[in-house]
Amino acid sequence: MKPPAFAYESPATLEEAVGLLARSGNAKVISGGQSLMPMLAFRLASPDLLVDLKRLKGLNDIVVGNDGVALGAKVRWCDIERDKRLQTAHPLLAEAVRHVAHYQIRNRGTVGGSLAHADPAAEMPGIAVACDAKLTIVGPKGQRIESAVDFFKGALMTSLAADEILTEVKLPAWSAARRWAFLEFARRRGDFAMAGVALHYVASGGKIEDMHIGAIGVGDTPLRLREVEAALNGRQLDDAAIENAAATARRTVHPQSDIHAPAEYRRALLATLLARALRHSAA
Amino acid sequence: MNAVNSYIGRPMERVEDLRFLRGRGTFVGDVRRPGQLAAVILRSSVAHGRLCGIEVSRALGLPGVHRVLVARDFAQKIPRIQLRLQPLPDLETFHQPMIADRKVRYVGEPLAVVVAETAAIAEDALDHIDVDIESLPAVASRGQAEAALLFEEHGTNTAITWKASRGDADAAFANADYVRREQFKVQRHAAMFMEPRGFVAEWDGRKLTVWGAAKTAWYNRRLLASSLGLSLEAVDLIEVDVGGGFGSRGEFYPEDYLVPATAKLVGRPVKWSEDRREHMMAANHARDIECEVEIAATRDGKILGLRGQVWADIGAYVRTNGSVGPRNVAQYMSGPYAIENIDLKATMLLTNKTPSGTYRGPGRFETDFVRERLLDLVAKDLGLDRVELRRRNLVADSQMPYELASITPYDSSTELDSGDYHAVFDRCLAEFGYEQKKSLSGKLIDGYYHGLAIGSFIEGGAAGPKEEARLVLETDGSLTVYLGSSSVGQGLETIMAQIAADAMEMPYERIRVLHGSTTHVKDGYGAYHSRSTVMGGSAILLGAEKLKARIKTLGAEKLGCAPEQVALDGERVTAGTRSLPLAGLSDQTIEVEAEFLNKKYTWAYGTQAAHVAVDPDTGHVKVLDYMSVEDVGRMINPATLHGQAIGSIVQGLGGTFLEHLVYDENGQLLTGSFADYLLPTASDFPKVRSVTVELKPSPNNPLGAKGAGEGGIIPVGGIIANAVADALRHLNVQPMELPLSPPRIWALVEAAKAGMMA
Amino acid sequence: MKVAFELNGKAATATVEPRTTLADCLRDELGQTGTHLACEHGVCGACTVLVNGEAVRSCLALAVQADGERVTTVEGLSSDEALSPLQAAFRKHHALQCGFCTPGFITTAHALLTQEPDADEERIREVLSGNLCRCTGYMPIVEAVLEARGAYGHKDVER
Repeated sequence: MKPPAFAYESPATLEEAVGLLARSGNAKVISGGQSLMPMLAFRLASPDLLVDLKRLKGLNDIVVGNDGVALGAKVRWCDIERDKRLQTAHPLLAEAVRHVAHYQIRNRGTVGGSLAHADPAAEMPGIAVACDAKLTIVGPKGQRIESAVDFFKGALMTSLAADEILTEVKLPAWSAARRWAFLEFARRRGDFAMAGVALHYVASGGKIEDMHIGAIGVGDTPLRLREVEAALNGRQLDDAAIENAAATARRTVHPQSDIHAPAEYRRALLATLLARALRHSAA
Repeated sequence: MNAVNSYIGRPMERVEDLRFLRGRGTFVGDVRRPGQLAAVILRSSVAHGRLCGIEVSRALGLPGVHRVLVARDFAQKIPRIQLRLQPLPDLETFHQPMIADRKVRYVGEPLAVVVAETAAIAEDALDHIDVDIESLPAVASRGQAEAALLFEEHGTNTAITWKASRGDADAAFANADYVRREQFKVQRHAAMFMEPRGFVAEWDGRKLTVWGAAKTAWYNRRLLASSLGLSLEAVDLIEVDVGGGFGSRGEFYPEDYLVPATAKLVGRPVKWSEDRREHMMAANHARDIECEVEIAATRDGKILGLRGQVWADIGAYVRTNGSVGPRNVAQYMSGPYAIENIDLKATMLLTNKTPSGTYRGPGRFETDFVRERLLDLVAKDLGLDRVELRRRNLVADSQMPYELASITPYDSSTELDSGDYHAVFDRCLAEFGYEQKKSLSGKLIDGYYHGLAIGSFIEGGAAGPKEEARLVLETDGSLTVYLGSSSVGQGLETIMAQIAADAMEMPYERIRVLHGSTTHVKDGYGAYHSRSTVMGGSAILLGAEKLKARIKTLGAEKLGCAPEQVALDGERVTAGTRSLPLAGLSDQTIEVEAEFLNKKYTWAYGTQAAHVAVDPDTGHVKVLDYMSVEDVGRMINPATLHGQAIGSIVQGLGGTFLEHLVYDENGQLLTGSFADYLLPTASDFPKVRSVTVELKPSPNNPLGAKGAGEGGIIPVGGIIANAVADALRHLNVQPMELPLSPPRIWALVEAAKAGMMA
Repeated sequence: MKVAFELNGKAATATVEPRTTLADCLRDELGQTGTHLACEHGVCGACTVLVNGEAVRSCLALAVQADGERVTTVEGLSSDEALSPLQAAFRKHHALQCGFCTPGFITTAHALLTQEPDADEERIREVLSGNLCRCTGYMPIVEAVLEARGAYGHKDVER
């Protein structure tokens, strides 16, 4: 399973990188390579050119500030794991990332790579939509900012043009008052989730406010479960609310069937995980 | 005589480890010959069709591509793979041609061979070959058997039907107090060894040398030589280090012909390295059966009979050992239980899928799933204790040798040789802690329902007909043992050195074991059916006796006495006060050959027990404890044996929960990588325990050993399924199909809940 | 393209196509065949090497990406004179059978224990779940790694 032939460039600046993508028209960005290399091995992609971000500076920072957490596109899973600030600065991110892949992959795989690859069952895209993340994208015409929910277009499809590079993802500030939970179910540890839930909210006077629920593995893209959020906002988190939320989730997602699970299983699994995550968040 | 060696029975550290731990093994992918080119195989992406033409000119035009070979380049009449085991004239129609010949019958069937400077360039060339196939409807399941004929001249897609018989099943069923009929399914999965296959082949004008042999080099050499029109002496198959086999690697596949034939045509060494995607569609599949089976019993739980029909989906051709699995399902369903009336048919169905062959415990994993499930259903229906039911029916020591069902065609009877099945059963209950755990049956704890199960199994070993050994005393007094047995990772070099050291009364460190290559002995048989320790080891024992006699004779000449007066202690020959070292005793090597003949199988046996916890909402099953106790007659190396047992059980757990080769209705293989074919990992089954005992040696060989190494896997499916049923007894969930994936268990729970509300 | 990196403590150079993986470069150009290929798509871990001390899947890295880095293979963790404590523990616990996956386990375990000498069984199983073994059932590998911790500075307080 040798990759098809391609040329390789390792530019020193972002401008050079964008220029290379623009001139080629059939180039792909590589950084960690943990998602791209298997595609090349299976010859599911045939770029003429790989543009390596290796030499670019300033894309591996984790910035924790009052306005939130900013992750450079080249930030690796192991960097997030090792950054103790994130346990408090963004515990939902820290927890979700613990589920990503395996030890060796975590030493190379990047936040930007995961978002750009857009596997519908991947954790990072799920966190991005659950947390109203904003993505910074650089192209020949300059920089644009896009909301995560708009960025993901379909399975392995994003709004990135052939000459654009994702450089950063910003998560809004996290308040210690937020309640949260992350729960996924996979066949084996480190596998892509059959379904997963990332949720957070504020409990104000015993009532739920500002509920955010992201779901992975149950659609072509990571999903915000808006109907479920609406059903929960303003309510107490009691058994009735949880059951209603779970039933709503089950009703409103339309996953595909595949060799690992039929659609009705994934719907039921999502409902189960949502109920458990809600209970967990209250504990 | 000095103190007798006792290497046998000791957990010696393995000599093989010294190179493997350092990354200094030589696997076939590490072999490089000067001037070597890379070969890649073009495989059919269509499951069933008529091959109308292959156009290779575009591929030949790529820089770095040397040749693109199609069927007519190899031979006018394409040779076919012959059955190595249980060959029958009735199966000849279904022998696989070495390359697709006018028809393609499965996705993955070889169509052409590309030879290029590098494997990457050869892979590039695949896209530049134009293949014209007229598609035919695919037969991808039993239900689609009428869609088309794989072999038009044969008239059906049924190859043959095996029939296992004992006693009078019809009478037993007619008179039984209780009969239950059920349908079961076991999924298609495979050995999936870690090192993909490969060959390096080199033709020097007179001699064809092939590196990458395993398992059955001598049979393969005969077939290869005759397929190429070469004499046996013109072909050597060399076994290097082998990364696992489990019954699948080493059988004769199309590539075993194509790569050497390519080397011969091209005139330069050629290397083929299988990749994992290719492996999934090219290496033998296994275990794919459906069946409808009835069990008959008396009211108080004496099992009277088994009767039924098994359909084995064997894929598009019958390869070297494609009959073994289906045949074994029928013959060995009774296992270690005394079931006197048997009428089981196993029909081999041809489908447009990768052909199947043996995988560790072939047919036995499937058949034990069926039998153990039926036993628990019988117990439940009759209100009997599952443990007592088994005790009641296990073959007793006093009944040995116990004849199993005989099988036709290829008339074959076999009998269980020796064993105390009840003692091992009780030992397992004790080691597992069954009494302490049994109150957990069906209990809900922290969202999980707990369940237990126990069951027994037999493991056949030591297939004959023979094995050869050649022992050479080197001029420096060390011993080299050449063996027809093959290594597949089971620690052969160490175990055989232990046996040889004890037999020759020589230090273990002075012994070197070489194995598996046709250059080593004239006629070997190899590693299959757990035979190496018994067959190879016994051949070594016989050889050692001969060699010691020769050494004593030579020693007598040199010491000027009669051979009977010579004593041998592994380093010196001594007569009275005079002695000479073995080193330099002769200025030439002293060599003997020996062969061990065997017609009788040995039967290792045991009992396993499981404790599971099931989450009914996700279908997730945790295996909290898995215990196995096995009697192997005689252990040569307890450490390697224990390792095999644990590894085998974990493979069984993989086959029970995770592994599945899935086809769609067009015969397209949907499982294409390790992302889809799920193997157990280190975090999946942390608590697996195994105890091996030496209760009842086999009377069938001088070592007293029973072939072992496959047993652990055999009953796992049945025992786990029973434990899941036990856990979900409040819903009467009854798993009848593997794998027990989370969606399947969830669906059973949902169906049971819906049924209860109706 | 030319690549140059430190390999097992020595300078190494090779001329490769851009598409050549680090695994193939090590095996075919630099004679280090201890690193094995069992899947070539980043699941099995048999190809694990250390890049700047971190365990990576060498089938998912391009050789050109390793330019200027520090690469260690199983050969770089071995000596002719004696087995390392980690290797000796593997041998003692019979943590290998066919040996094909073994180099990947050695490099991974070495990286883990170097960073986390106090890793407990759960952590060890978690990390090793990125390496497939078809022969052993993993138990003896986990036992070997637990025992080898002592050589990496773990203090066994229970004894």
